[in-house]
Amino acid sequence: MTHTTEHPGTIAPASQSGTMLEVSGLNGWYGESHVLHDVSLRVDAGEVVTLLGRNGAGKTTTLKAIMGLLKNRSGSIRFQGSELIDAPARTIAKMGVGYVPDDRGIFGSLSVMENLLLPPKVAEGGFELPAIYELFPNLKERLDSYGNKLSGGEQQMLSIARILRTGARFMLMDEPTEGLAPVIIHQIGRTVRRLKKAGFTILLVEQNFHFARELADRHYIVQEGRVIDEIRNDEVTDNLGKIQGYLGI
Amino acid sequence: MFELLGIPPQALFGQVLLGLINGAFYAVLSLGLAVIFGLLNIINFAHGALYMMGAFVAWMLLTYLGIPFWAALVVSPLIVGGIGMVIERTLLRPLHELDHLYSLLLTFGLTLVIAGLFQNFYGVSGKPYPIPAALTGVINLGFMFLPIYRAFIIVMAVIVCFGTWFLIEKTRLGSYLRAATENPEMVSAFGINVPMLITLTYGFGVALAAFAGVLAAPVYSVNPVMGNDLIIVVFAVIVIGGMGSIIGAILGGFSLGLVEGLTKVFYPEASTTIIFVIMALVLLLKPSGIFGREV
Repeated sequence: MTHTTEHPGTIAPASQSGTMLEVSGLNGWYGESHVLHDVSLRVDAGEVVTLLGRNGAGKTTTLKAIMGLLKNRSGSIRFQGSELIDAPARTIAKMGVGYVPDDRGIFGSLSVMENLLLPPKVAEGGFELPAIYELFPNLKERLDSYGNKLSGGEQQMLSIARILRTGARFMLMDEPTEGLAPVIIHQIGRTVRRLKKAGFTILLVEQNFHFARELADRHYIVQEGRVIDEIRNDEVTDNLGKIQGYLGI
Repeated sequence: MFELLGIPPQALFGQVLLGLINGAFYAVLSLGLAVIFGLLNIINFAHGALYMMGAFVAWMLLTYLGIPFWAALVVSPLIVGGIGMVIERTLLRPLHELDHLYSLLLTFGLTLVIAGLFQNFYGVSGKPYPIPAALTGVINLGFMFLPIYRAFIIVMAVIVCFGTWFLIEKTRLGSYLRAATENPEMVSAFGINVPMLITLTYGFGVALAAFAGVLAAPVYSVNPVMGNDLIIVVFAVIVIGGMGSIIGAILGGFSLGLVEGLTKVFYPEASTTIIFVIMALVLLLKPSGIFGREV
């Protein structure tokens, strides 16, 4: 279990290299139904990689399986060299995997400040509060509000912000743009770009293809619980027809 | 001295005091139930038996080991809370994924087993527990005599209730607890050990019951069925206050004790039923309880 401790201060440049997350032959079940079929993917340090696919393709389930929240899973999930397939969510979190779920996971009965301070630090080099307020000025205005009083955009920012505090350098982000106004989507996009520049590694689930192609290095196409294609972002233009076919857009 | 509606003030204040003492027990017991219900979603039917166990452990510590009241006030809740944690780990956890009815039945069965064991060894007649020397005697307040131990009960209950409220609402540990109550999966995805949190919470709720038991030992006789009647009223209190609401348990406990005491003065016939009448009204008008969140 190794933590990256070579990044003191708030925003440090990327210095890691190599594979951060390697998923191979991942199968997953909800009760009796087999929902993930031999999913294999790889995320290198400093990359932003997306999972693209239609509704119900298995993107969210893949993230949950990596996070340890899908209990019934088999195969291999290696993170920074350690096998996680049998680890519970709390162990995976402590290794430096931050989770931003599709429902944002904000605690409505806790204040914004309490939500922000809730996740324990998992590594050195996390954002200090001033740096978080600088990134998300809206949150600073609302520290005493309860989580359930926030707008969707504010909840999304809080969901990202509280992971940044923990020092986790790898993030699983599940549809951060869902249901948000264009101006907020733009702000989230800017944030993700800054995080990438600061050396964060992000596995991003998206339905919004235009958002995804602005940010990502590579894309995996997920369909019916399988990864059926991998496309580098610089090949997107040449493969536009194919992608649109996959996504039904 | 003045009279109010033909009631002599001694009688009135006497009943107010008795009401507050009962309220103190309602508050500490329903607080424990609320803490447990909040995180575990379990209606801990064994609460009355664990309260009784708290009183009995205090009695045993004194009788067999010569350990005095003051130490028992801390040691007994720790022992009984520890037993609670073992119960959670070994009996309740396997039921966690099942319908909550199963844990209700299990804790109900535990009540019978625990009460039966104590009855087997100690009978039902009750064991005397002396009031600690420092707390004997009365204070003359002018309008009434206040037994020092009874005042002590109220003060201790207020301190414990405030302390618990502070712990849950104002500390980091409390925010884990509230967050896990709302969304345990998300809390575990932050690296927090939720099963451990559940065990500790159950142990803490049980320790509160035992604490109430130790407080009760010098005023009620220590016997295996001492929790039986009390727990029924306490269940009514948490329904009125709102299941799982901390503030509802505390305020509901004290105020319903007071209402019960006042009813004894003004309309004694209704004093044993008033809390259940209020419960019925609350269920009709605001089913989630006065401080409960709408579901």
